[in-house]
Amino acid sequence: MEKQPIITVNNLTKNYGDFAAVKGISFEVYEGEIFGLLGPNGAGKTTTLEIIETLRDKTSGEVTVAGFDISKDADSIKKIIGVQLQAAGYYPNLNLSELIVLFSGLYGIDKTPTEMLEKVALTDKAKARYKDLSGGQKQRFSIATTLINDPKIIFLDEPTTGLDPQARRNLWDLIREIRDNGTTVVITTHYMDEAEVLCDRVAFVDGGHIVGIDTPDHFIDQLVATGFERKKQVKEANLEDVFINLTGKEWREG
Amino acid sequence: MKKYSNTRATLAIAKASFRSILRSPSAVVFSLAFPLIFIVVFANIGGSGVKVDVGVAKGTDTLSPIYQALKRSSVINLETNVSSDDMKKDLSKGSLDAIIEIKKNASSSQGTTSPSEGITIYPPLSAQGNTKWPEKFVSPYTVTVQYTSSSQKGGILKSVLSSSLMQINAEFAKKIGLLTLPQVAELNETTVTGREYKYIDFILPGQLGFSLLSSGVFGTAFVFLSLRLTLVIKRFFATPVKRYSIVLGEALARLTFSLLGALFILMVGHFAFGFTLIHGVVTVLNMLVLSAIGLIIFMGFGFTISGIAKNESTVPPLSNIITLPQFLLSGTFFSVTAFPKWLQYVSNALPLTHLNNAMRKVAFEGAGLGDVSHQLFILLLWGIGVYAVAVKTFKWE
Repeated sequence: MEKQPIITVNNLTKNYGDFAAVKGISFEVYEGEIFGLLGPNGAGKTTTLEIIETLRDKTSGEVTVAGFDISKDADSIKKIIGVQLQAAGYYPNLNLSELIVLFSGLYGIDKTPTEMLEKVALTDKAKARYKDLSGGQKQRFSIATTLINDPKIIFLDEPTTGLDPQARRNLWDLIREIRDNGTTVVITTHYMDEAEVLCDRVAFVDGGHIVGIDTPDHFIDQLVATGFERKKQVKEANLEDVFINLTGKEWREG
Repeated sequence: MKKYSNTRATLAIAKASFRSILRSPSAVVFSLAFPLIFIVVFANIGGSGVKVDVGVAKGTDTLSPIYQALKRSSVINLETNVSSDDMKKDLSKGSLDAIIEIKKNASSSQGTTSPSEGITIYPPLSAQGNTKWPEKFVSPYTVTVQYTSSSQKGGILKSVLSSSLMQINAEFAKKIGLLTLPQVAELNETTVTGREYKYIDFILPGQLGFSLLSSGVFGTAFVFLSLRLTLVIKRFFATPVKRYSIVLGEALARLTFSLLGALFILMVGHFAFGFTLIHGVVTVLNMLVLSAIGLIIFMGFGFTISGIAKNESTVPPLSNIITLPQFLLSGTFFSVTAFPKWLQYVSNALPLTHLNNAMRKVAFEGAGLGDVSHQLFILLLWGIGVYAVAVKTFKWE
């Protein structure tokens, strides 16, 4: 199947005063894939993401999202994307149902709270406040708010940071499910094991540049082909497998 | 695809914000509880303001017309159940302003003026006989009053006493056909029969104004700062919502909440404390319009503070800089005219002063909005100034 690019970033730069956060980045995200933006802190991942999300102005370069130019058609883009921000809060003193109602109004779309909360298995928390949710529940609720407008693309900025292994795996399943329903997912993460199992393709960003873009498998094969060897003998399982094996797979609330 | 509706988005924010305000204890306490507490307290201690505490000596003739006249007076508070020893002590401490003794004289006794502060009353008709003024009068009552240097309020009693005595004496003189009561000057007293200006009529508009001020400044500043710091506004920006919808939605919610609060305060004031609403519903509506204007201006201060404040702990001090001077100087508790001249200039520069004045005119004098155009004009100037600053300082992110 021919892969259709849904996001095209061409020679994107972003300067904050004298500081250049993004120095000429180009990449494409294909429709229907999970695309990982990887790199150390301060590499320019979040800035790049926020420019594509129309939350930040670019300094130069071209970005098109689903055929819309970000500098001309920001409003059209906002209608077809879903955004989960790193560490964002929600309107105070409202419960999850009321927050969904608020976002439905902001998107101008008729969705019932139950319908949205069902997608992320939070119907029993409909009357709970966001701040009273567990870390995993918070992330799942955030993802529910990104899905309200049936977006073509959702952006998830470090959604699994701070979650326990069960919650993390549970979220991976949810993200795969969203991808399988036809939504393109752009995700940033610091966990390479996560990127390896979750992402269809990844781009490594460092110092405002893209230093590599490919499938996780290819990257690993290439590295191995250069004669790279892990210092420690790779075993059939790792410690996280032990953790999951000992504590069970089912996701813990709270 | 259905056309995107900015109105719908604005209303969605207004609804969310209104729910949030109702659930925030500080909003409810500042906008409703505080003003009501102040109103209840001041409505009850208020009254005419000054009370003269007068101890009544044992053996006083409480049926005498003088006693009855004092009893009717609204400024005199008669204390009857205090022993004479305690009364003396209280008098020297100043917790009693005076002690009065009214004695019925034996019919034989001569009507003479008591040596110190005593005042003589002319005898009733029965005791009068056919004698003529001014010989051989017997005063039926002797009034003895003791004042104290610890209290300045004795003077009030003195004037109440002498005016009622003058009246009683004059009536008595008329009764006995004595038309020639020597008069040096004729006193013509007229009381305009107008509406009674109660203290609640003064205190309630002030409290209403202050409730709007604190809701507008504190509420707006806190909400916008916290929405900015918790990235709620940033998340909103990732949706198609327009910036003005966010501000408008928030303003709409606060306006609705504050006007409902104002209505509640007005109703409690009117029905529980007799707050004067001259033209009834029309007056209420005019006051609500004034409330809305006031709140919109005060929200400008809130927007400015939310932009200047770095975090939530800097909001209260900044807000207090705006609200406290107005709380004290804008005629919330006492009339601006009670201040020295130089301070009045400060008071008359503050927006709350003009809002309070406009409110009082509308409520008590029955003025329409056109009659308070001077106040509205000054408020308009403040509005322009405040929003010019707010636009410069407001931060979205």
